[in-house]
Amino acid sequence: MKYLKQFGIILLVTGIGEIIRYFVPFPIPGSIYGLILMFTLLCTHVIRVEDIREAAVFLIEIMPVMFIPAAVGLIESWGELQPILVQTVIILVLTTVVVMAVTGKTAMFMIGKEKKNHE
Amino acid sequence: MNNLIAASASAGVVLSLLAYWIGTVLKKKTGWSFMNPLLISILLVIVFLLVFHVSYDSYQASARYLSWFLTPATVSLAVPLYLQLERLKKNIKAILISIFAGSLASMGSVLALSMLFGFTHSQYVTFLPKSITTAIGMGVSEELGGFPAITAVVIVVTGIFGNIIGEGLCRALKVTDPVAVGLAIGTSAHAIGTAKAMELGETEGAMSSLAIVTAGIITVLLVNVFAMLY
Repeated sequence: MKYLKQFGIILLVTGIGEIIRYFVPFPIPGSIYGLILMFTLLCTHVIRVEDIREAAVFLIEIMPVMFIPAAVGLIESWGELQPILVQTVIILVLTTVVVMAVTGKTAMFMIGKEKKNHE
Repeated sequence: MNNLIAASASAGVVLSLLAYWIGTVLKKKTGWSFMNPLLISILLVIVFLLVFHVSYDSYQASARYLSWFLTPATVSLAVPLYLQLERLKKNIKAILISIFAGSLASMGSVLALSMLFGFTHSQYVTFLPKSITTAIGMGVSEELGGFPAITAVVIVVTGIFGNIIGEGLCRALKVTDPVAVGLAIGTSAHAIGTAKAMELGETEGAMSSLAIVTAGIITVLLVNVFAMLY
């Protein structure tokens, strides 16, 4: 019963997120509204983290398998990907390195700055 | 075979789980980063469908129940974010600014390369969410009119690549602070990179998992602007 209740609370917030998605005209997935709503409810202690913890942790743990069906859709999209395969690899490698470098360097700069301010 | 799988209420799910299980066993036996269970399972299912002439629709008829859990699972990401609240508050400025910079760099470089390659708009928006977690990235790609299946695979491969290069690249760039290392890996390589960050240390892991959600949300907010640029 405990898990059912936990899952029920998560589904309720998910449902509200999807309703918000329906009424707000931005191309933002309903899951993001649900995520922000859930975070707000946790921070304001409307929902206690113990009320959803086990079910949430379980769902996050098994998350990778939920991506399999969509990614297997590559069979259907292969025609779209094949002509730009080389470009895809270039984008993949370059942007990953750039993002890691920019984020890491900015964080180093910010942390250094904050430490100096404390001194 | 096609009819058999199409008629079953669980075949697609069982096939997916079995493939994932084989992936985790391979990962454990070899310990290689590129033996990512998700990547292995995607390839195994594709090979299975091709070899036995099963159509994607037949597989999807039952496998879609797995995808159904994705939305509540994404909402559940609020829990680890909440559990990191103290760490988040303590470094809030450094965290937000560096993840913001990283997300801008991600979409900016995708924009630059898409223009260079002469991509169509659909191709461009397919790559825009490539650095964020699959759960959010696929939704973004779909909303913007991209190819979600390509986005999913690009995101997974990005994660694996980031997982492999993360430690070495941070060291080469003299990114030494555990908070900075975690943010760098989490922003560029989402959950799959976070697995590596957790191996490096508790702070790295916590920062990286925090970056997954934060980068996802920042990207969602900025992506609509970027989508209009090209």
